[in-house]
Amino acid sequence: MSAIFEQVRGIAADLLGVPPDRITSQSSPEDLESWDSVQHLNITLALEQQFQLQFDPEEIDQMRTIGQIATLLEQKLARHQVWKQ
Amino acid sequence: MELRKQIDHLLAQGDSQAAFRALAELWRCESGPAAAGFVNSRFQTLRPHLALTPYRLAILRSFTVEPLVPLLRAAAFTSGIDLSIHLGDFNAYAQEILEEASPLYQFAPDLVILAVQTSDLAPELCHDYTAHGPPDHQAAIQRVDANFRDWVRAFRGRSSAHLLLHNLESNPVPSHGVLDCQSVMGQSAAIHQINQQLSRLAAESKGVYILDYDALIARHGRLHWRDQRKWLTVRLPIAAAHLLDMTQEWLRFLHPLTGKIAKALVVDLDNTLWGGVIGEDGLAGIQLGLDYPGAAYQALQRAMLDLARRGILLAVCSKNNSEDAMEALSSHPGMLLRPPDFAALRINWTDKAENLRQIAVELNIGVDSLAFLDDNPVERQQVREQLPGVTVIELPPDPACYAQALRDCPVFERLSLSEEDLKRRQFYAIRQQQALFERSCSTSEDFYRSLLQEAEVALLRPATLARVAQLTQKTNQFNLTTRRYSEQQIADLAARPGWQVLSLRVKDRYVDNGLVGVAITEATDGVCRIDTLLLSCRVIGRTLETAFLACLVEKASGRGFRQVEGWFLPTKKNAPARDFYSRHGFQLVSQDGEASRWVIDLASHSVACPAWIRLIAPRGDEE
Repeated sequence: MSAIFEQVRGIAADLLGVPPDRITSQSSPEDLESWDSVQHLNITLALEQQFQLQFDPEEIDQMRTIGQIATLLEQKLARHQVWKQ
Repeated sequence: MELRKQIDHLLAQGDSQAAFRALAELWRCESGPAAAGFVNSRFQTLRPHLALTPYRLAILRSFTVEPLVPLLRAAAFTSGIDLSIHLGDFNAYAQEILEEASPLYQFAPDLVILAVQTSDLAPELCHDYTAHGPPDHQAAIQRVDANFRDWVRAFRGRSSAHLLLHNLESNPVPSHGVLDCQSVMGQSAAIHQINQQLSRLAAESKGVYILDYDALIARHGRLHWRDQRKWLTVRLPIAAAHLLDMTQEWLRFLHPLTGKIAKALVVDLDNTLWGGVIGEDGLAGIQLGLDYPGAAYQALQRAMLDLARRGILLAVCSKNNSEDAMEALSSHPGMLLRPPDFAALRINWTDKAENLRQIAVELNIGVDSLAFLDDNPVERQQVREQLPGVTVIELPPDPACYAQALRDCPVFERLSLSEEDLKRRQFYAIRQQQALFERSCSTSEDFYRSLLQEAEVALLRPATLARVAQLTQKTNQFNLTTRRYSEQQIADLAARPGWQVLSLRVKDRYVDNGLVGVAITEATDGVCRIDTLLLSCRVIGRTLETAFLACLVEKASGRGFRQVEGWFLPTKKNAPARDFYSRHGFQLVSQDGEASRWVIDLASHSVACPAWIRLIAPRGDEE
């Protein structure tokens, strides 16, 4: 598990009110009851605040599982790194 | 994650106070949407066990504020405010205000925030600006003004809650580009005019306040504040990076409205008020002045002066040699603050929590009314743990940010200033000056002389009756017999043959202390008996009791009496008066339990008025 995944999991645990160890990369709104559209927005905003970036609306639509969110975030951060170099 | 586990552990143990402190620490370190989720869920568990201030807030809006709500609740909670929040429907603000039976009024709010965007209220001054000409622009200004006036009037007719209006934000880039500012009445000027009218409306209305939304956005950068993608997809115009700034601005109003305010700011000296350590670097070595890095400390001092002028008391709490620190405070050319600016000074090696307790007592305010500013995280932590009521201001590592950290602190916000607020500084400055004088005098005699006291003894008059009776009822410390009299009783005593009621009025170089002493005497068979003699605690320790007694003895002597006598009746509180008679040459003649009777023989003894007090005795014709 990557460090990014751990951070995403921590944010999801805080917002969805479940212990971090109950969240896997497959966790999605289907199996986590509290993951509604309001919490989806909150997760997005929490990530944007913490990692100082902004998601495109298309990207937000792609975030269907915790694993997908972590992968997307890793890609975005990597692109940031490239630009910075 | 570790802190979260610790919090859940404390909650499981039922240690509510420690859990609350740990939640506050989590919020301080990680404030944001995620931590807000954690804090608010634990808050539900803690709620019944903490003494929080309940407050009902309604937010009427024309945009998505839902993600702001948990942030605001978490921040308020860690400040001791338990918020219940009602959100109005999108763009339903006008109906909610105008209709008496609306959910808004059913909610019975303490505060209503009206947050409406320029684009909703005045599209012709916003995105449609270039489609309209000056007459339409003027009409829009008038219409918006009239709308707000109608809403405030309707609201006041239905609710006594406070009302906080967001003013209107300008476009980041004017629709006409640089051309906008080439005319007097451009787009930005039009928004500015509306905002001025709003401030006027607030000034004319009771309990109506303006949140300067335009300035808030400008402060953070108009382009940076806005997230156009979130606006177009979920109607949230504020970027994730600035959600906290919005809630922080709301808190600036919630703090004064809920009374969560600091009345005094207590500051450290070394590396806080100046750079460096005065005890090591010396007066010439500390950093303080117009240039970097000393300018950062001047900026902080300037921010403190602004608070002082708002009626907030300043105090010093520093671990230092008092002489070194006082020299810097009094004579360093870079200091903007001077000793008289501080209502209390604690410069010693005692721990800070104890000093803060003493400062609160000295200023006669609660510990909860103190805010504490110190660059040392260890000191901050100690104060947080030992005095949870004190507002401890978190300082960033860079001194250049100190002034901003202080200005950001919501406990110093006020929504109005009273006469007392403006005078408070002066009053404490005088007191402080007095105390400094006392310290600078090498002997107490020098100090007494420096006070230039004038003591005026006068017979009871109708105008002084109320105060004389009040002093007999309230005075505990310097009071020989602690006999309590009502106004009627005092008047009766004064009318009895042989009885006199005398008052003492004291002026000094600083202030007129007013009526601060009372003596009641009864004369029979050539003996003057002191029934009551008291001094207000305001003037104890300045030898005024000697002057007062000298006056009584002198009068008795002049009227041919043989003796003056009096009782000392001890209480739990009047120890300061215990040795009064023995100090002035009276002889103990009898005892009755704890009570003692004292006499002075006028043929052989007298009592001299201290040379440093100008005594004005009642004129003979008054008697």
